[in-house]
Parts: sequence; structure tokens; C-alpha cells
Amino acid sequence: MQSFTYARASALPDVLAAISQPGGIILAGGTELLNWMKEGIVAPERLVDINGISGLDRIETADRGLRIGALARMSDVAGHEAVARDYPVIAEALLKSASQQIRNMASMGGNLMQRTRCPYFRAEIELPCNKRRPGSGCSALAGEDRGMAIFGWSEACLATHPSDVAVALAALDAVVQVASSHGARDIPFLDFHRLPDDAPERETVLEPGEVITAIEVPASPAARRSHYLKIRERASYEFALVSAAVGLELEGSEISDVRIALGGMAAKPWRLSAAEQALHGIAISDAAALRRAVDGAFGDARPRRHNGFKVELVKRAIVRALQTAGDIA
Amino acid sequence: MSIGQAISRLDGSRKVTGRAKYTADVEVEGALHAVLVPSTVPSGTIAAIDAAPAEDAPGVVRVFTHLNTPKLAEMTNPPAGQTIMPLQGDRIFYEGQPVAMVIADTLERATEAARRVQVTYRNEPFATDFIAGLDRAEARPLFGLPPDSSVGDIEAALSGTNVRVESVYGTADRHHNPMEPAAVTALWQDGRLEVYDAVQGVVDTRNTLALALQMEPQNIRVRNDFVGGGFGCKGWLWPHEVLAALAARELSRPVKLVLTRAQSYTSHGYQPASRQTVTLAARSDGALTGIRHQSVLAGSLSGDHVEPSGWGTPALYASPATQATHRVVRLNRGNPTPMRAPLEGVGLIAVEIAMDELAYELGIDPLALRLRNYTEIDPAEGKPFSSKKLRECYAEGARRFGWSSRTVEPRSMRDGRNLIGQGMATALFRTFRSPAKVRIGLDQSGEVLIETSTQEIGTGVYTIFPQIAADVLQMPVERVSLSLGDTNLPESPMNAGSRATLSTGSAVQDAAAKLKAKLAEAGATTPDGYAEAVARQGVDRIEAEGDWTPPEEATHAMYSFGAIFAEVGVDEDIPIPRVRRVVGVYNAGRIINPKTARSQMTGGVVWGIGQALLEKSEMDQQHGRFLSKNLAGYLVPVNADVPEIDVSFVDDFDEHVGPLGARGIGELGAIGVGAAIANAVFHATGIRVREVPIRPEHLLAMAQSSY
Repeated sequence: MQSFTYARASALPDVLAAISQPGGIILAGGTELLNWMKEGIVAPERLVDINGISGLDRIETADRGLRIGALARMSDVAGHEAVARDYPVIAEALLKSASQQIRNMASMGGNLMQRTRCPYFRAEIELPCNKRRPGSGCSALAGEDRGMAIFGWSEACLATHPSDVAVALAALDAVVQVASSHGARDIPFLDFHRLPDDAPERETVLEPGEVITAIEVPASPAARRSHYLKIRERASYEFALVSAAVGLELEGSEISDVRIALGGMAAKPWRLSAAEQALHGIAISDAAALRRAVDGAFGDARPRRHNGFKVELVKRAIVRALQTAGDIA
Repeated sequence: MSIGQAISRLDGSRKVTGRAKYTADVEVEGALHAVLVPSTVPSGTIAAIDAAPAEDAPGVVRVFTHLNTPKLAEMTNPPAGQTIMPLQGDRIFYEGQPVAMVIADTLERATEAARRVQVTYRNEPFATDFIAGLDRAEARPLFGLPPDSSVGDIEAALSGTNVRVESVYGTADRHHNPMEPAAVTALWQDGRLEVYDAVQGVVDTRNTLALALQMEPQNIRVRNDFVGGGFGCKGWLWPHEVLAALAARELSRPVKLVLTRAQSYTSHGYQPASRQTVTLAARSDGALTGIRHQSVLAGSLSGDHVEPSGWGTPALYASPATQATHRVVRLNRGNPTPMRAPLEGVGLIAVEIAMDELAYELGIDPLALRLRNYTEIDPAEGKPFSSKKLRECYAEGARRFGWSSRTVEPRSMRDGRNLIGQGMATALFRTFRSPAKVRIGLDQSGEVLIETSTQEIGTGVYTIFPQIAADVLQMPVERVSLSLGDTNLPESPMNAGSRATLSTGSAVQDAAAKLKAKLAEAGATTPDGYAEAVARQGVDRIEAEGDWTPPEEATHAMYSFGAIFAEVGVDEDIPIPRVRRVVGVYNAGRIINPKTARSQMTGGVVWGIGQALLEKSEMDQQHGRFLSKNLAGYLVPVNADVPEIDVSFVDDFDEHVGPLGARGIGELGAIGVGAAIANAVFHATGIRVREVPIRPEHLLAMAQSSY
């Protein structure tokens, strides 16, 4: 039997000490970790339960920004008045994630650590998958690729990242605060998740022994006028086929600042910087012009056999999300 | 009169409070736990199997493999779910085929030991791709019947006609996914076997298990109190049931086996994918002159199931010529099996979309086209229908839905950014009838107990059978209870093919009438005197036995009917259809309980929504396996997908079908919905999708967007 130890930490230094040794893994909400353990994806020697650490679930708002403790529950963040008012894209992304029951348990830090929903990775037995076993190959390359990545994939891995709220945080230039027994550091959100390259088993830049302590989101007019559009076939309780997180600042009817991040398109939230540039000065009511600006940002898109429709779908989603944020959809 | 009353489920509180005992809840002292090891390859042989690491694991009692498992009898499909019996040889026919079974003292230890069984396969080429195999489709019998049938001269009809539409339609592999996983606990004592088994037919399971184990049926008892959904996958006998019984016999210990969700995708069938070519020929006034329905179905090398998708087609419309053919592509997959709804549930998707295409081709309203081809006799058998109020269903459905305010042109209705589409379809399901026996007794306190082997699979028999008896005895339904799910009780049929109410209910009525006569003989002419009459006789209870057997020669064709109307909204830019409302009006003879009947039809409509828009089991062709064996990768509708569903019945008394006047409804609700939704999507978008589930890529590829 695969046995493991369980310890409940009461202070952050205890956690940092516990995970500085190999074989330890953090247990927060448990909604992902328990799945992995049951599916045989991970077999940790030690579970370090951080739920007893006081203050790690705090949600703080100030004029300059929002600070979300790593242990804050998805439902608490989604239901926070200031988050819904000043960062609607975050609240909307959270409310469209998972189910109420899961949101009540799942933590914000854990949400960022989710791994792909690729069916080969999640199979009940081990299929060839470089995330499951580095070097074993990617079954999706010649297999079912309808849900796979459009941007940034490699021959080693076609998978996408499943989080909704990560897409919102990427759009708002959030920062991930991490700590280890060596100290603390801030990681810009766009650098936090990795593209697969030749090591798809590493999804983030977190080093062994590091733990997420908080997520900081700067306040901005674009954050205040933001929107999350999630496209999925099942109307609830399903991961995104594609999604778009947008934030807008308008001068009159023209776009003066815009942020766009996409979900379901890559191994990380995909920031569409080229489109952001091109959208400056365009009237928010001019759908055709918005679409042209968006079209130009897909030069790096590399659809595969069955997922080409996602390119068209996500372009339309972006236009719709922008116009919704601009109150004219 | 309790028949016809909307009585809430008598077992409802037991279900919602958790007191209802399902099969996996049954605790048997000293039970060992069995866990299966499924094959990870779809074809080949077992080159080597090393059970030692599992045998050495803590708590393990025995590991069964093909090397040490006693021989089972050869089986046919049906009554077995497949012809390949488990652990009988080294050959692998499908991914998921059991290659070992580990027995241990706890579930956890058995699960862990099962992981340690080392199997080395000698892989062989395999075929799991249905579409790639279409050109080698074979003609094989369907349940022993010929795969082709025809009425009239179809070739002449198709060649000499004014208007003709022909298209190819596709349906997907779908899994039943009952909430309750298949579960079995087997006890062996003194040469007798007792089995708690989550099945739709305890008697069928007993008899088939007796065949497999080469035992006398009377030495086997099969039981269950509640079944948490079956939908067809708990009908015939599957390998896990045989293995649990065999293990209990070999070890002389109780053995419990509960399938994991993942194992359920390879252990008890699925609805096979289909390719169906439908050709309709009509005169310009809309009168059909010919219907040709050619089905190719996915099948398996592990059994003989061929889905009879064309069986209902000849009975649909007044066409002088109809032909229905079936071909099967046998693949390295587990065997398919009936799934709600079989037959017409698969076939009418194609035929009823084709009817919509014909309506547009002719410029006739889709409902008017169906009325134009209405038939009072079954063209296939030349017999009148036992009762058919489909015309009334169409009229009532159209009225409730507001069909007359629909504008005909595609893309002509809209609500903001949503293109609105309205579509309709006919539902039809053939009637299956079986003999049934029932015992009923009334005790000195005036309580009535009905006893019969029937099963409660969620449809409401704990309520409607007491209603039938209470109706005859003129008693309150609360004083009647039902004991079921036990082969020691008088035998009634499997709950499958919508036959329980009609068959077993008729026997309940017969038994109750006989009991009433006995009570009258004992001096009780009114219900007030029943209990006293029992006391006067000096017995604990007065009992009667009843039965019902369908006549061998049917004078009438027997079908249940429905008219389904659906409205969808499709965002013009982000084209994912959302169902906005469904109206279903059904005719199934007398409705015993409008409340449980409504629940059943509503559930059926939800199945239809899943079929139309969500449900598809992807087959990975590299590994030869159903890819996602879980409810995250196989989408069933959630509440947010389910809109207002307006279900009603055109009630009548079908005097030819049986003494209750009632036909079956269970499968009917899941029929017609898929085609109605697909037709509504066409009306909304102008895009004809001939494949379900309908997905955004179907609509994106063809639609114009405002962006």
C-alpha cells in the first residue's frame, strides 16, 4: 500500500521546513491533490496540511490593489464585495469555475497549481504522457486533440491549463508571492506558469520548497471595467473550451487601455499582447474593427487536427467580451 | 380510485434520507472484497501474468487469473451481455476485459494488490475505429431475427417519385452512467448461492448465472431492494457478476464486488455509434411513397449485439414501401447493449431529421407533413394499432408550444443576439410484454402486501403497484406495500423495454381481484370488513395469487407515441445551442400515476438533451480504448442545461394491450427529443447538422458571424 504521513502545520515556518525536504506536498483545499492521489498521478510521502495557518486566507483591499491570501477559498473571493466591484473579471471567473461545493473548499493558491484536464494525463491507468512520466511521449499528438492547445505547445505536450481565475489574474498583471526557507520572492503572473517546451512535467516556475503565500492584483480602471467570458458546451460545471478575460479603459468611446488573456488555448493563460496594442484608439462599438485587430494577433496560432475551430471561437469570444465590458454587447 | 392519482413516491422518504439500501450498502459479515484487473490492450494474448506480487500483498486471499479459474459454460448474447466469459483463456478481445480478480479482506487491500498484478501482453493488430470499418460492415442477425425487412417495392418507390431526400446521419457511442455503480455480493452456502445484485432483472440474472455456473436455477437466489438507475446496462449478465459468484463458490466465503466508475465504461455495455442513411420519397403533396432506412452500427467481437435502430421505422408513417436494413462493424471493444432509449431512440434521430429535411424540400410545415402521412394501421404488419392518439398529441403539443406562431424560414426568429429555432419530431416506441406472477395478502390489521420479483430501478414501482392493488381493493394506497427484488417471490420480468407497468401491473391487478373475491367469500363485501374477515377465518392473512400472460397472437400492433416540440437559442456569434423549452405530449394508454409518469418523461427529455448536444464517448484509436472513463470527460446535462419541460399525456384506455389499459413509457421520453432539437437548430441557424451531439464546430464551420 502507498502509505504517507499527514501533519497539520500551524505556522508558515513549519510548512517551509516540512517541504524543504523531498517527498512533501502541501494540502490546502484538497480538491485537486486527492484526485491526483486516487488517479495515481502523484504518490507523496508526506502531506503538509496548511489549513490551520491563521491569516493565510485573508482578502485585503486597498486603493493600490487587492491581496488574496493563498488559502482564501474561491467562494470567499468570488463573494467579496470589493472584488466583485473593482475586479469583476476575477469574481466572474471564479463563479464560472467548478461547482459551489468545490469552490467552498478549493483555495486560490491551489487553483493556480491545478494540472491539465487532458484526458490522457487524467486516465485511470498510466497512458504515454510526458507529464505523467517524462520521456513516455504525448498520446494526444496522434490522438484526440479537440481540447488541446493552440499556442505554445511542443511535441512533448499539447495540454492546456484548466484554471479560469488564472486567466483573469493574467489579464490584470497580478503577482504571485511565494516563500521558502531561503526567503520570499514575487513572481509576475505571466511568468508563473511555464510552456511545456521539453519538460511539460514542470507546470510552474515554483522551485522545490517554495509555497504560494498570496496573490497581489494592482488596481486599475481596466480592472474595474473587466469581464470574463467562458465558452463551454455544458452550461455549468465544465472546464472552458475557450475563455477570454478582458479589462478596458475607454476615453469617450475609444479604447485607451486594454488587457486580454485567453483560457483553453495554451499550457498557461495566454496574454494577447499584440492585440492589446492594435486595439488602442478603436471605437468599442466597431465590432469589425475590433475583430481585425484581434485577427492580427494570431500569427503564432498552431491549431492541430480537431481544434482549429477554437481559433475562430476564441476570436469571437474576445470581441464579445470587449463589447460586454464596454457595455454595448 | 387510486389509479390515475398523482401520488408521491411511497419510498421517497427512504431515498432522500438514505435509508433505502442499495446493493453496495448491503453488509455481509465476513465478506471478502474483489477488485478486477482490466486488460490495458484491446487485442492480443496474455504472454505472462505474474500474480505473486499481489498474492504476497497484505490481506490477499486469492488472485484469480485465466490459469486458475474454473471453466464456465459457453454463453450466448443475450441472455449474457457478451459471449466472452471472463478469465477463460489468454486471448484479449477488448480493452477493459478482466484479466485477473484479486480477493482480499478489505477493499483498500484488494485495490492495492490489483495494482501489483503484472501482465505482459503479446499485442496484436486491432480495430476499434467504427468509421474506418464502415466498408467491412456485415449482415448479422438481430436477436435471432433477419437484419433486413421490407414492405412493398422500395426500389420502384424510390425511382418513380417526385421528390426525394437522402442523407447520412451519425450518432455517437454513449455510456449509461447510472449513479449507482454495478455492485454484487455473493454468498455460497451448502451448495446454494445467494446474490445481492444491482440488476434490472433478478430472475433473468438467476437463470443466466445458473447457465454460466452450470447450476440449477433453484439453487440460486438473486435479490435487490433498490437499483440506482440501470438504463439498460444492468439488464443482461456481465462478467463481474459471474466472477463474484464464482469467487464465493471457490472460497466458500461471501465476496463483494463493486465496479469503479472507470470500469463501468468497459464492463456492461454502451450504446453503439451509428451511421444511418435515410432516403425518403414523396409526392409533391407530401404523401410518402417510400422510406429506406439503412443503419450501420458499431458492434464487437466479444458479443453479438446489433442495435435494432430501424425496427420502429416501418410503423411510423403511411408509406406503401419501407425498407430497414442493419449492418454491423465488429470491433475490438466491449459489447454494446441496449441503452435508454434503444431501437427508436437511435433510429428516429435519423428518420425524424430526414422528415424535417423533406418538409423544407416540399415547402410543407413539418407538423403538416407528419399529419399528411398519419396512419391508423401499422404498415409493417397490416394490423390496426391497439390504440393511437398521436393526432391528439400533435394537436395538444402544437397548442401548448405555440407552433402556429413559428415562422417557417430558417434564421427568421430571434431574441437579441440569439437566433431562435423551433423544431418538432415524432416519438414512437414498440410495446414489449412479458408474463408475470404476483402474490398478494391481507393481514388481520388490514395491511396489504404485494409480493413479486420485480425491481425498483427508479421508475416508481413501489408506488404504482400498490396503487393498482388499492384501486381494485378500494383501499387507501398507504395501506398497501410491495416486497420485490427477490427470486424467491413470484416471478415477474426484467425492468427493461418499458414493460413493468404493463406486464407486472396486470398481474398485480389480477391478484388483487382474486384477493377481493376471497375476502368476499369470507364475508367482507366492503373494505371496512376486510380485516375482520381475516380474523374470522382464524388465519394470519388471506392470500391470493395472480398472473398475466400476453396472448401469443397479437391482433393489433402495439406502440406508444409522442409529439415533441423543442425551442433552442443559438448565439449568432458563439454558436452553442441552448435548449429553451421542450413540450412533450405522449399517448401510452392509461397513466397509472401522472406524477411518477411525468418524472419519468422529464428524465427522458433530459436524456434526449444529452444525446443531442453533449454525450459522446471518444474512442482513442492508438490505445483502442474509450478515452475518458469518468464524468468529467463524458458530459451529461446538468441542471443549467435543462430548461422548462412541459410534459403531458393524452390519456386513454388501451383495451387491446392488457387489462390495465396501460402501455409503457420508460423509454418513450428519451425518443424524439434529439431530432426535435436538431431540427430546431436548423430552424435557428439554417445549418443542417446530421450528427449528434451537435457541437460548436459544426455550426462555426458554416455560419456567418456578425463579427
